[in-house]
Amino acid sequence: MIERSKILLLSALLVCAGLSHVAGGISPYYFDILIGIGINIILAVSLNLVNGYTGQFSLGHAGFMAVGAYASSWLTLKYGSSIGSGTLSTTTVFVLALLGGGLGAALSGLLVGVPSLRLKGDYLAIVTLGFNEIIKGVIQNAEPLGAQRGLGGMELHTNFFWTFAFAAITIYVVLNLVGSTYGRGFLAVRDDEIAAEAMGINTTKYKVLAFVLAAFFAGIAGGLYAHFKQFIHPEGFNFLRSVDIVVMVILGGMGNTAGVVVAATLLTILPELLRKVAHYEWLPDWLQQVAENRMILYSLLLIILMLTRPQGLFGNFTGKRNQRLQ
Amino acid sequence: MSAPLLQLDNVTVQFGGLKAVGDLSFTIGEGELIGLIGPNGAGKTTVFNLITGVYEPTAGQISFAGKSVVGHRPYKITARGIARTFQNIRLFPSLSVFDNVRTACNMHLRHGISHALARGPKFAAEEREIDAKVMELLEIFGLTAERDAACKSLPYGDQRRLEIVRALATRPKLLLLDEPAAGMNPTEKAELMKLIRFTQEKFGCAVLLVEHDMKVVMGICQRINVLDYGRKIAEGTPAEIRANPKVIAAYLGKEEE
Amino acid sequence: MVDKLLEFVQQLLNGLSQGSIYALIALGYTMVFGVLRFINFAHGDVFMLGAFAGFYIGPKTLALFGTGPSYPGMFAVLVVAMVLCAIIGIVIEKLCYRPLRDRPKLTVLITAIGVSLFLENAGQLVFGANPQSFPELITDRALEIPESWGAISGLTITVSQVLVFGITLLLLFVLRYVVMKTKLGMAMRALSFNPVAASLMGINNDVIISFTFGLGSALAGAAGILISIQQPSIDPLMGVNAGLKAFVAAVLGGIGNLPGAALGGILIGLIEALVVGYISPNYRDAIVFGVLILILIVKPTGLLGTSEREKV
Repeated sequence: MIERSKILLLSALLVCAGLSHVAGGISPYYFDILIGIGINIILAVSLNLVNGYTGQFSLGHAGFMAVGAYASSWLTLKYGSSIGSGTLSTTTVFVLALLGGGLGAALSGLLVGVPSLRLKGDYLAIVTLGFNEIIKGVIQNAEPLGAQRGLGGMELHTNFFWTFAFAAITIYVVLNLVGSTYGRGFLAVRDDEIAAEAMGINTTKYKVLAFVLAAFFAGIAGGLYAHFKQFIHPEGFNFLRSVDIVVMVILGGMGNTAGVVVAATLLTILPELLRKVAHYEWLPDWLQQVAENRMILYSLLLIILMLTRPQGLFGNFTGKRNQRLQ
Repeated sequence: MSAPLLQLDNVTVQFGGLKAVGDLSFTIGEGELIGLIGPNGAGKTTVFNLITGVYEPTAGQISFAGKSVVGHRPYKITARGIARTFQNIRLFPSLSVFDNVRTACNMHLRHGISHALARGPKFAAEEREIDAKVMELLEIFGLTAERDAACKSLPYGDQRRLEIVRALATRPKLLLLDEPAAGMNPTEKAELMKLIRFTQEKFGCAVLLVEHDMKVVMGICQRINVLDYGRKIAEGTPAEIRANPKVIAAYLGKEEE
Repeated sequence: MVDKLLEFVQQLLNGLSQGSIYALIALGYTMVFGVLRFINFAHGDVFMLGAFAGFYIGPKTLALFGTGPSYPGMFAVLVVAMVLCAIIGIVIEKLCYRPLRDRPKLTVLITAIGVSLFLENAGQLVFGANPQSFPELITDRALEIPESWGAISGLTITVSQVLVFGITLLLLFVLRYVVMKTKLGMAMRALSFNPVAASLMGINNDVIISFTFGLGSALAGAAGILISIQQPSIDPLMGVNAGLKAFVAAVLGGIGNLPGAALGGILIGLIEALVVGYISPNYRDAIVFGVLILILIVKPTGLLGTSEREKV
């Protein structure tokens, strides 16, 4: 008997492969949004493991994305042409580079996770934000990575299949993990660290694990992004990008993966809709400007959400039922 | 008499200028049911926190089954076989009754993260085993009907019971109960006394009981240690403690002077 | 050798005035943390609003005191900006933080991030995203140091540097007086020590929290004017970096500790100046955050802070 979750993952991958043929036909504008949705789902679902299920507060997810983007780009730029024509296909090199980027990001997640252990809430938020700035600062000063000029020249490898296959894998990993007895440790850490320790749970291990896993997937997302846009710049991974992802998690409901997927989708489409609205001439000028600046709306959304519905649009995971996927 | 299960030797802990516990020594033998009493602020909960590694003693030695536990992280001490409940109930509020207990089985998992992700037959077998174990415990303590309820929604007495179940799921050799009778009515207290005695027999674990209710303590404990201002002022059987003038003075205030 | 030493002293002097600005902002973080145990993410943006308050009222206020830059005019602008920022701070607390007083800390933190982002982006909409040049409140020039003072005459010290440092010192003394000697200040300390006991003693916690926000925001407003006198280019995002640095300063000094915040601010200013002078300006931000991470690992309570024990 194969587990239901595994069947779901396999069918999701098959659907991705099938749709991939169709997706090539849609207009580049919509394809761009579609890939953006996939990448944001990976980012938000992985961040949800840290901010939602484990109850930590990371404000530096874009930093891990940057590590993945730069590491994978460096790999494909360096080895893509030399090996690609020979023994390994270009796709294999791309996927290996993605995984390499993910591992690089996971390593940086370990570096961030360990000193962050003693910290909670506000402090953790600022320290992760600080790490985001440090990662950005290092890239800005690294000549081989293009420093302030950005890095380009990557080939277009990211397609519908790989983006949504990794999105499906991210969801599979997070859900299966938190659904297992092993993964209940994350929730225990979130609910009450002292009680969790008293129940024999190594809270340190779980916190670091959450950071490392989330960083890994953020790194994958970064690699997908880099090989889609074919140009990356340190400013594309700044604090505001991290806030974007945090807003998706909060809107979806911390610790609610389905909600976060929906929120990531909505918030990828929203700026595009707003951009359209900004061109409606009959709107007053200031309203057009507000529509143009998504951060104003995001910030208001955050404040209003916290004042009226802190559990997010779709609610928290409440644990009313024995959440098991089989 | 065999070597004691738990041994405290001249344990002292100081917070700033305050000596919360001073030169405390006592032992608990395997399977014993020992009481720890004292007026408010005498340092009883601090003793629990010292034994379980939440605080580290400033001086003195705590050993469990012959080995020191001082300086170990709480989860390691739990793994060695000491489990506890909390005075101000600390269940995992977002988890169901079932999952609260399941979480405490985490420690004994034979398979780690790779199995949780691969979801192979071994993983499924172990999860089924844990399910069965949790249900067995819930049944023993009469919480089967509430298995899917949010633990916050349980009545107070049931929450205290659930905390005991959760602690037992870690399969302890020593169970520390911090005021389990607090907020219970006389019927519930009588139930609780039966339950503690039953736990001690059925699971074969020693129990250290901090409790304010004298009826409960005197009713079930084999020996009682009395703390006042962080120091042990008496030790003995319930009958001896009841007659001890120092204890009476500590509780009622000194009569002479 | 003398040249090298002189250059070093020059860097320190530059760091000192920048550090004064950080100190003023850091005090606001630390005071609010003291009474509410939360980090007011939007505090750096109040500093930005102080600068823009000066930008808009500056020319008209100066005109009241004659033509051209003048010291009385500058002081008037300073005071008005402080009052405006105090009001803004109090309003932010009332609207956004007070309704969340009993909610989980994370909720308040997210709200604060929201408020911060809102001020920055609404600022870009209202003030324009491009840097603006701040009106000249005083005539800035380098002080002439007599040749007879020897090597010291090689240093460049500007009027604005002296002014920034002097006004910061003055404000620190006023703050010290308010916190240590006045009834409100005493109530504030009582509240940060134990909010429940404070309210049982008849202290109206709401009033004191408003007062704390007002006081902290006024200092941030003052910092906004002072920085603009020194570096007269202002923009709606100027509070982001300054705010983060000041926060690091507050943590370095020990969050919740007033002298610690002042000390931390000065230290961060000095560290920054030395990094810029001797390593590379590109590493300025990264190193300040490095300092933050280092303190939190080595001594999370900061230089002058004391620890709190979680009750089990």
